[in-house]
Parts: sequence; C-alpha cells; structure tokens
Amino acid sequence: MKKTRRDFLSLTGRLGLAAAALTSGLFSRIAMAVDTRPAFEATSLKDALASIGVTEHQASAEIILKAPDIAENGAVVPVEVTSKLPGTRSIALLVEKNPHQMSAEFMIPEGTEAFVATRLKVAETSNVFAVVKTDAGVFHAAKVVKVTLGGCGG
Amino acid sequence: MPDPMRIRAVMMGDLVDVKILMSHVMETGQRKNADGDLVPAHYITEVSATCKDKTVMSAAWGPSVAKNPYFSFRFKGGAKGDKLSITWKDTAGGTRTDEVTIN
Repeated sequence: MKKTRRDFLSLTGRLGLAAAALTSGLFSRIAMAVDTRPAFEATSLKDALASIGVTEHQASAEIILKAPDIAENGAVVPVEVTSKLPGTRSIALLVEKNPHQMSAEFMIPEGTEAFVATRLKVAETSNVFAVVKTDAGVFHAAKVVKVTLGGCGG
Repeated sequence: MPDPMRIRAVMMGDLVDVKILMSHVMETGQRKNADGDLVPAHYITEVSATCKDKTVMSAAWGPSVAKNPYFSFRFKGGAKGDKLSITWKDTAGGTRTDEVTIN
C-alpha cells in the first residue's frame, strides 16, 4: 500500500494523542500518590476491606455504632463505636459513598477499651460501616447517615 | 511547628478517658480552591498514644477524618499523675507530640 502524505500526518497525529493521553494519565497518577497505603487508595468497599485482610464479615448487634441520622454538615460527622465483642483487636471506619471508603483503622491493644469516637467527612448520604476484627472473626455494624450539605466542598 | 493538641485525660473508674483535639487542615486532595486548582492533599496518617512506655492506641487515618480532628478513646492501666503522650504524623512529613498528666 502506498503511503500518502495525508496518511502519514493522520498517523503521527494519532500517535501524538495517544502519547499525550499516556503521559497525562501517568502524571495524574503520580500526583495522586500521596498515600500509598492500599487500604486508603482503594475505591470500593470490597477492595478497602480486602487490603486490611478482611474478606468475610458478618453483622453483629454487639457493635454499637453511633452516628447522626441526618448530618447537616457532611464535613463534620461525629461517629462513635463501642464493641462488646470479646477479643476486639481493631476497629475500622468506612464510608461507602466517599471517593475512598476507608476513613480510619484503630488498633486496640490489650487493656484498651474497644471504644473510639471521632469525626468523619461524609461526601453524600451513605452507609457508614464499623468493621471490627476479633479473635473469633470479623464483624460489622452499619448506619445510614443522611447528608444535606456535602463533606468535600469545603 | 504545627499548633499543639488539646488533650484531656481523666480517670473514669479504672479507665483513663482520653479526649484529643488536633489542629490540622486534613486536606483531602479532592477539593479545588477559588481559582479551580486542586488543593494538594495534606492530612494526618498516623496517630499513636503511649503511657508508661506502652502503646495504648495506634491508628491509621485517611483524608476523610474531619478537619481539626477530634479523637477519643479509653484505656486501663493508667493512674492519676501518669504521663500520656500523643503523636501524629502527616502526609507532608509533619509531626507533633504532646504530653499531658492524667487527672
């Protein structure tokens, strides 16, 4: 096949576009990589949990998750977790609809109560999960927090 | 040097009740400023608490912990007069340690 000048131009054009797409993708990736911890990089509930070693978990009424039903300001949502499960090792807090689900993971050493209270950002109306690792497996509790004003707009 | 934390550690029966307020922007890296430019992420990633050489709490945080974080927990084994030390580290290499006496 005879290559014309036009073919050549269109080819280089396409290559150039592809190269630009590649590099811009690369740069945005580099810019994003402030946090290299997989749990906090994950963009799905399942991936976030998997990266802290959780694949199976069941609901438990022994975990008391306190959060407001309606948060007027998603930027400051008080969340409190108490686990009555014996042998609680850690408590993780996740927000299902946030860009990154994992919010925090608390390690509970021997002698420390299975209780934490903090304040989270919740981007939009979403389930908030408390995932508790114990000697007898992983358990969770969930609560829906309705957000009337987003947590990410500042 | 970042602003000091406000820490309160009070005996509650045999438990030490700890309440901490940290001063930090907790910037997510997702927010845009008035000019439409992304504000770079800057948030606390690690928090730990030690009392009498024992780590009584350690936590890994992401950007979705609210600005000027509040954090509360309770532990056994402390007594009035003991020192409790709290440390945080952030994504920009910043760190801050503050110490209080348990009341």
